[in-house]
Formats: sequence, C-alpha cells, structure tokens
Amino acid sequence: MNKNYFEIIRAGINTTFQDLGRKNLYHIGIPFSGAMDNRNYLLANKLTGNDDNHPVIEFAYQGPHLKYHGDKINIAITGDVSFKIKKRDNLVDGECYRSFILENNDELDILSTNKSVYGYLAISGTFDLKFQWSSCSTNTKANIGSNNGEKLSANQKINISEVNQNFMNKKLNYINTKIENIRVIKGTNFNFFSEKAKKIFFENEFQVSKLSDRMGMRLEGKKLENIVDTNIRSEGLIKGVIQVPADGNPIIMLSDHGTIGGYPKIGVVISADYDKLVQLTPGSVIKFQEVDLNSAETLFKLYDLETQNLISRI
Amino acid sequence: MIKNISNLGDAALYCDFGKKVNKEINTQVIKYFKTIKEKKILGINNLTPSYNKLIISFDLKKINFNKLKKIVENIEITKNDSIQNKKFEIPVCCEKEFSLDIKRLEEKLKMKEEKIYESFFEKEFFCYMTGFIAGMPFLGDLDENLRTKRLDTPRVKVPKGSIGLTEQFANIYTFESPGGWNILGNTPLNIFDSNKEKEPNLINPGDLVIFKRITKDKYLDYHE
Repeated sequence: MNKNYFEIIRAGINTTFQDLGRKNLYHIGIPFSGAMDNRNYLLANKLTGNDDNHPVIEFAYQGPHLKYHGDKINIAITGDVSFKIKKRDNLVDGECYRSFILENNDELDILSTNKSVYGYLAISGTFDLKFQWSSCSTNTKANIGSNNGEKLSANQKINISEVNQNFMNKKLNYINTKIENIRVIKGTNFNFFSEKAKKIFFENEFQVSKLSDRMGMRLEGKKLENIVDTNIRSEGLIKGVIQVPADGNPIIMLSDHGTIGGYPKIGVVISADYDKLVQLTPGSVIKFQEVDLNSAETLFKLYDLETQNLISRI
Repeated sequence: MIKNISNLGDAALYCDFGKKVNKEINTQVIKYFKTIKEKKILGINNLTPSYNKLIISFDLKKINFNKLKKIVENIEITKNDSIQNKKFEIPVCCEKEFSLDIKRLEEKLKMKEEKIYESFFEKEFFCYMTGFIAGMPFLGDLDENLRTKRLDTPRVKVPKGSIGLTEQFANIYTFESPGGWNILGNTPLNIFDSNKEKEPNLINPGDLVIFKRITKDKYLDYHE
C-alpha cells in the first residue's frame, strides 16, 4: 500500500489529473486533452523540480481541500489562486508561484481561482495513476485516462508512489494578466457569413457564457448570420476553432473538443492567446481582432520565449 | 489528389480534396492519411481524415505552415497502395425500446417500417471516417430513399450502441452521448474499447460493414 497520499476532504468543482495530453489520436476520435493553461502547468512542474510531462492536479473555480499523509513533500500552486495551508492548528495564507513543504497531517485548502478559471497543483513526487496512450489526462466525456476517466470526488485517496526529497525553496514573481482582445485568423468558412455578420464578429463584444467547459467555450452577443449554409460536410477540428451553429452564437473549441464538426468555421484563435483565453470566466467580455498567419507565428514565438524565460528564472 | 492546401489557424493544414463526397475521393483522403502517418514527420501532432478533407495539426514550436505544406505537397502516393479493408457484420436489434425514431423515419421517408429495414439490412457500407466521439464510425452510403435530416432538437442522451441515420450516412454511438441522428436500432457489440490501446476501434476508415438484424433474445445473449 502507498504510505504517501492525499485524503480528499472536498473534491472541488472540476478537479482532474492532467499532463501534456495525447497526440495522434484525432483520427479515432480522441481529443488532445492535457492541461488547459499550458504555461501555468509548466511553471507548476518547474517549481517542484519536475520535468515537462509530469502529471499535476488541475482544478477549476473552487479547488480541492486535501489532507496529506506521508513523508515530507514539496508542492506548488500556479494560476491566480487563493488557498490556505493548515499546519497543526496554524492556518496560513498560501502564495502562488512558490514551493511549500507539506508534512504528515498538513492540510491544503484550495478555496478558489480569482477572476480566472484554472489553477494547478504540482508535487515533488509522482501520483500513482493509470496512463492511456502515454498520458494520464482525464477526459470525463469519453471516460479516458486516470481515475477511470472521472473527476476526483470526496472520500477518495490520491496515492503518491514516489516522493522526491529535494527541498529547495523556489519562487517566481509572476502575475497573470487578463486579455480582452482575442486574436484570430479568419476561418476556412469565413465567406459563409453575411457582410453584417463579419462586421459584428470583429467590431462587437461577446460575452463568455456559463455553458463553457473543457470541451468548448460558448459565447453570447449579437447573432452571426450565415448566408450560405449553417451545415457543412463534417470535417476535422482543432482547438481554438470558432464554429457558428444555426443559432448564430459562436462556440470556441477547447482541449477536450469533439474531433469532428459540421458547423462553419468563422475564425481560429491564435496559439499565442490560447492559455489566456481558457482563463476567461463566464460573463467576461471579449473582442476578436484579426491577424495574419505571419503575425500569429511571430506572436507565438514571443509568447513561447516569455514562457521559457519565466522557466529559466525558477 | 489534394486540390488545395490552406491554413486552419496558425497550427494546422487544411487539405481540401474537392467538394464531392464519394468513396473514390474518401479513399484518396485515407491513402494520404496513412502515408503521412507512416512517415512520422517531425512536429505533426494529429491527422484527421474526413469525407473529403484531411486536417494536419502540428506543434508550432517544431515546424510551421509553409514548411509542412511543402513537405505534404511533395509526398507521393503510389497507385498500387490499396487500402486493407476489413469486413464486419454488426448485429442490430430493432425492438421498440431500441428503434427510438422509427415512427419519425416512417413519416419522413414515407415508407413502412419493414421497407425501411429491408433497405438498410444486408447491404454493404463503407467507413468514411471515425470520430466526433471516440470510435464513432461514419458509414455510407444509404440508399437514396433512406436519406433524411437530423432531428430538429438533438437528444441530450443517445444510448450506447445506437445505430443512427442522417443524410447519406449511418453511424454507431460508441458510448452514451448527445446527438441528433435518427435512431433505428441498437447493437450489443462494443465498437470502442479504450483498454485496447493499439486498436481501440473495431471499425476503421476504409473498412466494410454489413448490418444484420437480430432478435431481442439474441441481443440479450451477447450481454451474458
């Protein structure tokens, strides 16, 4: 039996194990999955001395309340997250982007993400997980991955098979910034939409709807009128694609999206803006801004350099 | 042949094989898919073949659109490369509890129940693609007289194993999922098994499928 584990006192709203996701499975209908906010995922692992593809716990809105049992372990939380650490009877406020030591019977209460959706908990150790197609990422729609493809629930145990006893104190000064302008490249069915709809798409604001999850982000605003066809021949999708069904409300495909879709694509969110897009909470106001392919590639290079730079400072 | 390659966002190639949807064009798509997959080109994350498109998504840290486009344009597909078709018989039970939309189909197609089954069973179908949900096969072509649209309001839950019809295609719901296809019956076979990592899908693009009608007793035998 595992002597190191977390006892789950409260599971949180949508708490799952995630890593870098699964590749080369779209053709059989299995999405990429993996951590939604890649940068915060990488930073959490780096702060606890792990490599890039090391499973972490992802939580949304309200995180889990955990009690630790076992040998001393290092942990780090990334994102914009409020949490508390309880050592014996001493309750202290936690700080994101720094490593903490947890000892036997310490509690970690992840209260909420602040004006953002996802946060990450990494440990200087290895969770005891089931891997499918070389990834632990939980996909709750297809019941694939660790924890039988389900989100964590109360009264479960999270077993840790190995604890790495490197207790370096690591810290990073980083503040998550929010974006309101989402940069997009025109989609392959852009000309299916009326001139008025194209104008609305780039000039009006949209609101993130409550009906958003790891599969997709639904938007509300002025309806986008289609003048050619509201259905196309079903074809492949990728994350970031903005589909517009007959009701005129756009849906942005996120990491657990269906691999095939039959609605016209008005645009695709550029790779550089994806991590920040997924952090937008329901009710947030966004505006789309057009960029060309060259600019999108440059913007991604800059974003990636910034991430690498943050990692090198840890 | 690929008629046109454009970019879908900054990290995917959108290969268009033309407007038509038929076996010949889809066979081309599948040949390209298999050839590119075997080449294991650095940076490719995913290949999604569909009726008449192939979407190739890639890791922008490793390659970009123009470089990968050149590679794909220069790939040769040899004429002799035939697709290895497998043939499957899929048992389907059409008891009332399974054929959820038979009344709607009778009405829309202006055909009697028995005529619908007669047009559907014992005919050979071709798997154009798999996806949307894990392992779901898109099978064509239905006879002209069986073609109808999706439900006006999709079901929130379509039971696992359901056989659906829409336009020129039939599909199989590999697990419970939302969906808007007209449900004709249910198969007791497991079409997708995530525990078989090498071959989780029973039916793959290019495979041939014949549906066989079975009784409720026989259906129940499968579950024992």
